[in-house]
Amino acid sequence: MFKRLEENPTETVMVEIEGTSVRVPAGESVAAVALAHGLIHTRTTTISGKPRAPYCMMGVCFDCLVEIDGKPNRQACMIKVAEGMRIRRQHGAGE
Amino acid sequence: MKSDVLIIGGGLMGACTALYLAKRGVKSIVLDKDHSGRHASGVNAGGLRKLNRNPAEIPLTVEASRIWSHIQELVDSDCDVKLSGQVRVAESDADMELLETRAALVRELGYEHEQMINRDKLYELVPALAPHCLGALWCEDDGFARPYHATTAFRRKAESLGADFHSHTALNALEREGDNWLASTHMGEIRAPVVVNASGAWGARLASTIGDQIPVKPGAPTLMVTERLPHFIDPVVGAASRKLSFKQMQNGTVIIGGAHMARLDMVNERSEIDYRTMAESARTVTTLFPQMADARIVRFWAGIEGFTPDHIPVIGPSINAPGLFHAFGFSAHGFQLSPVVGRILSELILDGQSSLPIEPFRADRFPTG
Amino acid sequence: MKSHYPLVIIGAGPAGLAAATTASEHGIETALLDEQPAPGGQIYRNIESMPTQRAELLGSEYQRGEKLVQLMRSSNTHYFSDASVWSLNGQLELGVLHQGRAHLIHADQVIIAGGAQERPVPFPGWTLPGVMNAGAGQILLKQSGLVPSDGVVLAGSGPLLLLLAWQYLNAGVDVKAVLDVQPMSNWLRAAPYLPKALLAHHYITKGLRYKRDLKAAGVLTRHGVKDLRAIGGGHVQAVDYIHRNKLYSIKTPLLLTHFGVIPQTHLSRAASCAHEWNTAQQCWRPVNDVWGATDIKGISVAGDNAGIGGARTAEHNGRLAAFNAIHQMGHISQGERDKKAKKDLRWMKDELLIRPFLDAMFRPPSIMLTHPTDEEILCRCEEVTAGDIRKVLEEGHQTPNAVKFHTRCGMGPCQGRQCADSVAQLIAYETGTNPRDIEPYRVRPPVKPITIGQLAGMEQNSEE
Ligand SMILES: Cc1cc2nc3c(=O)[nH]c(=O)nc-3n(C[C@H](O)[C@H](O)[C@H](O)COP(=O)(O)OP(=O)(O)OC[C@H]3O[C@@H](n4cnc5c(N)ncnc54)[C@H](O)[C@@H]3O)c2cc1C
Ligand code: FES
Repeated sequence: MFKRLEENPTETVMVEIEGTSVRVPAGESVAAVALAHGLIHTRTTTISGKPRAPYCMMGVCFDCLVEIDGKPNRQACMIKVAEGMRIRRQHGAGE
Repeated sequence: MKSDVLIIGGGLMGACTALYLAKRGVKSIVLDKDHSGRHASGVNAGGLRKLNRNPAEIPLTVEASRIWSHIQELVDSDCDVKLSGQVRVAESDADMELLETRAALVRELGYEHEQMINRDKLYELVPALAPHCLGALWCEDDGFARPYHATTAFRRKAESLGADFHSHTALNALEREGDNWLASTHMGEIRAPVVVNASGAWGARLASTIGDQIPVKPGAPTLMVTERLPHFIDPVVGAASRKLSFKQMQNGTVIIGGAHMARLDMVNERSEIDYRTMAESARTVTTLFPQMADARIVRFWAGIEGFTPDHIPVIGPSINAPGLFHAFGFSAHGFQLSPVVGRILSELILDGQSSLPIEPFRADRFPTG
Repeated sequence: MKSHYPLVIIGAGPAGLAAATTASEHGIETALLDEQPAPGGQIYRNIESMPTQRAELLGSEYQRGEKLVQLMRSSNTHYFSDASVWSLNGQLELGVLHQGRAHLIHADQVIIAGGAQERPVPFPGWTLPGVMNAGAGQILLKQSGLVPSDGVVLAGSGPLLLLLAWQYLNAGVDVKAVLDVQPMSNWLRAAPYLPKALLAHHYITKGLRYKRDLKAAGVLTRHGVKDLRAIGGGHVQAVDYIHRNKLYSIKTPLLLTHFGVIPQTHLSRAASCAHEWNTAQQCWRPVNDVWGATDIKGISVAGDNAGIGGARTAEHNGRLAAFNAIHQMGHISQGERDKKAKKDLRWMKDELLIRPFLDAMFRPPSIMLTHPTDEEILCRCEEVTAGDIRKVLEEGHQTPNAVKFHTRCGMGPCQGRQCADSVAQLIAYETGTNPRDIEPYRVRPPVKPITIGQLAGMEQNSEE
């Protein structure tokens, strides 16, 4: 869905997205790296189980909730990536 | 307008009174300056608790518990009742002693509903609890319900049987006129031989207008609720020496209370959350449920409730005026009692006496001056 | 972070930056708090570390932010990034989460400059993955240099839509279509304001230039589009719409929509400031005067937070609020304040000339705002549909707060930010009232996320 304009960022970190290790530019939001990595949906809803993805990217819709390092309900568009971070889709309210 | 009974306050007590009167064919008008469930009744923590009540309340709470367990029959709605028990945990030997004394007291009074349980049983019931607890007091058939839904269900049922609810209708003045009460409102005058004061935190104010000085003060207990979490706990948890009430609702959200008070501005009916006490509440939670540290708080809120000096309600006839009955000052634990209070008031009005002992709740029990 | 600052400014966009610089220059100890990792707000997001190539794509307007940020940086402002304000009350007590640690701080004056959010407008399929706000697309571009890889359809109304299409065009993105849902009647509605608007022609000429470039590049542009739908199962696959009574479908993996922006009112509401429904902008906003002062003593609003005015106006707004705060604190007289504010006051007067034109021109079609179909989801969090709401309306629960209690609409994690306006407009339409007369959802703190663990750690932090 999305591609990067520039390659070769100066600073990078390694994160794990749905079990795959990916090198990403430092300073980016978790939601941006998930989208750039091609995660089409990042969670399923608690009630109907429908897929959702980041919608506003500015912290007002809460559709970007993911599991980070095993903790559910993290707001992916407002959280910066960090070395070794494990990012997973959130299923419903979480595990 | 005329009515058999005029009820001031459309919260749980007012709605339940209207319901029990209507079941016996008596019509009532219910007034609320806001709307039914706007204040304490609609926004409370929803706990259905017999556990650890003041001994005076035990006969009422036991009967109320029986009603709640068959609530569908009464109001055609299950009110989302879940009877998964309540525990009051002990974190020290002193706590254990406290709880054991309590259990003995309840037994002596002839009741069986509060039982001591040991550590093993406690962790079987609440595996998510931090490992330092020693045991608990346990009431198996306690639980919780959804307050706004319950209030609405009581009101709807009462309405279906003929009760007449008016929201956004404040009582402007109340006077005697012969054998009747004459109430003035923006809708006009209402005449009724009997008036019920079920006006919650505003109850003392109304009482004083007819000459009853009752020292009930408004207060604003605060609650917080988390986002939806995966199901991890069934019973409601309290603690022997901490302010806590902790429950996970059917939808996964966790409601945390414990009678921490917000700052209340009664003139504007606004409360400001006191975050220092909320931080204390959060520390209680992380001590007893460390995994909750990462749960996000979605809302804090406070509801306005009336508190008596002895923390048991006022239920019964007016001190000075004929044909007027009080039911207020439930001091943040009236939700569970509400159906039984409604029934008692209907009995006081129609039979002249209550089938359950209400002597301790007399309006004139407080020292004057 | 200290436990008290004479002036606290929330939001480091153009309004907050200008306010902070002005106050600091006057010797006021000022804390500037923003939840983002760097100053700039929405429009100048990431301005300090933007690669040149990306900055060029964004256009000259974007580069203006550089100076604003520099001025703030070189002033004495105490700027805190990664600092979100989760509560504010009428006593000017603020709950702040700074780098994961909770604080309670006090201020003598507070300027809320938290900006706007995009207007949520429900339409069939708007919850599908692959449907995002245009602003989100722009944030991905500014912050991460991400652009659509397999084409994009842009739909809605408002200047941002055109701007983003133009920026994407510069970046070589396949813009499959720009679907403008503004009804033709907006031209009629706007026409009376046009002569005055021409006096402030810079806005209009910019828009015309984007249009011309898009046309030259052969981008399909449709006006007066109706019945917009995102089609797909697990994610969007196509966009359907009606144009001149004919149904069209465009295959696309990405649909970005925009229906204008509305003030973020959660903080001002939490502080119990009075709010009013603004018919021209179809949104609630805090009642405020030319200085941004609200009815709560010591609290003012600035920038888009005070009412949508755009980035340039936000700067002037911010300065006005700062001058007034400085005056309120007794550092300058009323006369001095008025003198210092002369230029900014003049700008605000000009702004009043153009705004009515823009408001009328870009107003989303009322059919989208007021009568969603029964199946449409209004509350994205709790998945409450327009049909669910109509049901409780029929049962007699006809206020947003009652609807909320009965359906959980607005009770999820976004705290009603995505449904408050559409619920109010639906209720107004269904009950034949004006949104003006409807009491919106009561806002409960925390207005930004805070965990139990963070709150538990609060007391200790504040005693440092
Ligand atoms: C998504 C989006 C994209 C836009 N794109 C453009 C564009 O390309 N061109 C254009 O001309 N206009 C654009 N606008 C409009 C433009 O951003 C505004 O007119 C202008 O930025 C207003 O300035 P401001 O200072 O009022 O708000 P903002 O720039 O939004 O600044 C407010 C700041 O407050 C912070 N904040 C909010 N709440 C809190 C809180 N509780 N705690 C801490 N910090 C908080 C936010 O993170 C933000 O940094 C856009 C608006 C949005 C919402
Ligand atoms: S994408 Fe909307 S909150 Fe993160």
